[in-house]
Amino acid sequence: MPGSINAGDTAWVLMSCALVLMMTPALAFFYGGMVRKKNILSTLTLSYIFMALIGVQWILYGYSLSFGEDIAGLIGGLNFLGFKGVGAAPSPDYGSTIPHEAFASFQMMFAIITPALITGALVERTRFKSFLLFSILWATLVYDPLCHWVWGKGGWLGKLGLLDFAGGTVVHIAAGFSALAFALALGPRRGFKKMTIEPNNIPYTVLGAGLLWMGWFGFNAGSALAADGVAANALLTTNTSGAAAGLVWILLSWLDGRPSTLGMATGFVVGLAAVTPASGFVTPMAAMIIGAVAAPIGYYAIRFREKRGLDESLDVWACHGMSSVWGVLATGLFATLEVNSGGANGFFYGNPGQLFIQLIGVIATILFSFGITFAVAKALDWSIGLRVTEMEEEVGLDISAHGERAYS
Amino acid sequence: MLKKIEAIIREEKLADVKEALRCIGIKGMNVFEIRGQGRQGGIELSGRSGTYHVDMLPKLQVNIVLSEHNLRDTVDTIMKAARTGESGDGLIFVYPVDDVIRVRTGERGRNAVMYPGDIDEKKGGPNGP
Repeated sequence: MPGSINAGDTAWVLMSCALVLMMTPALAFFYGGMVRKKNILSTLTLSYIFMALIGVQWILYGYSLSFGEDIAGLIGGLNFLGFKGVGAAPSPDYGSTIPHEAFASFQMMFAIITPALITGALVERTRFKSFLLFSILWATLVYDPLCHWVWGKGGWLGKLGLLDFAGGTVVHIAAGFSALAFALALGPRRGFKKMTIEPNNIPYTVLGAGLLWMGWFGFNAGSALAADGVAANALLTTNTSGAAAGLVWILLSWLDGRPSTLGMATGFVVGLAAVTPASGFVTPMAAMIIGAVAAPIGYYAIRFREKRGLDESLDVWACHGMSSVWGVLATGLFATLEVNSGGANGFFYGNPGQLFIQLIGVIATILFSFGITFAVAKALDWSIGLRVTEMEEEVGLDISAHGERAYS
Repeated sequence: MLKKIEAIIREEKLADVKEALRCIGIKGMNVFEIRGQGRQGGIELSGRSGTYHVDMLPKLQVNIVLSEHNLRDTVDTIMKAARTGESGDGLIFVYPVDDVIRVRTGERGRNAVMYPGDIDEKKGGPNGP
């Protein structure tokens, strides 16, 4: 089977690369709309910079650490440094019908957006220099190993049988709990809780959410690495979960006041994040339940975070972390071999053990991502400092860090 | 004597106020977008999860400079047009004005705020009641 390239599969994966790449600008605007207008350029930069940073890191060594020859189930070796040996021929291990370069590029887009997700926690107050250093360390110490654990050949979580179709653990739980850890190390924005910090441009956020949804088809359906039935099912489950979560979220906000536009957009993203690990393994009806349950989890996780007085500013933990904890566990409930013969059955299909494996995946990802992120953030805070000065924060990072203003 | 009216009104009442003033012959005005707080005490807006409180609300400030003898009619007109009966309807401030100079002609004082079809003309000539 390996060795022969399928044009349809290759076309779909290349197309998916473009879709997933688009999610990073989409995320930038999703976040950019929610900060104050003195920090919108700064917030856009925090996301966009990863297209540059990881676009280089991935080629140099990121791909190799993630997908290189396995070392003890923990990390990839250095055999793919500089994309050496990653060429037009299919890899024997990843995507047997597409060029190895297509697989590696597709994975690069995931490596780009995942750290960008974290930046929702550190907007409006983080020193750019410290952020850049943190980002490189995070990609190297958290993302690359975790990616190997789950998706790399020989990675220990993958070998254990963890089902994570498109990145519930690697992407969303890792980003969400890293965001929480970073926010704890960083501290709140000046005036947080004392004054109202209002979003400057909700239309940007809503537009960002729409583009994220579209990009998510590449993210999840592209993860089939083939233009086949599993891809079609993943696209449909993705859509269904986003829809159900958006619907429930806007109803929840209605019960608390009025049907909120920002709430609806948030609900979409939460539903999409929740179904990500499950998308290639569950039916559309299961996806509907996954989305519908994810909405109250995210909604009340935000409330909980607010009550604790924690400035995890744009709720990466609540929207991505917590919803995907549910999503990864739900994969262990609803997965069925009828959808994907390459997967496994879950709890409701006579295999309760799968739920246990999923739980191990969740716990390992949380402990690893939270722990390393907190340690790295604290170390940077003690050495070069994580925060800008009070004056720089008051003025806004667009002017004080970048010397630019968004509107004149 | 010239007076200046600063009327703080609801944003959504500008069209009504403008139309009512036009009917009595007050055309010259300028409008500022402002934010403020008063007895209304702010509003609740929808956030991502539940609502949040906003204390400074957007309002409009309408500035009009006019002859003192037209003050009462103008203030009455603004009040009638801007009023809803709920708190948040706004306030009207009145100040004395030392002088007004029309840039194009150099006219000063009362002459600088008169124009054809204005409130005095409608009431029966520039030296009306």
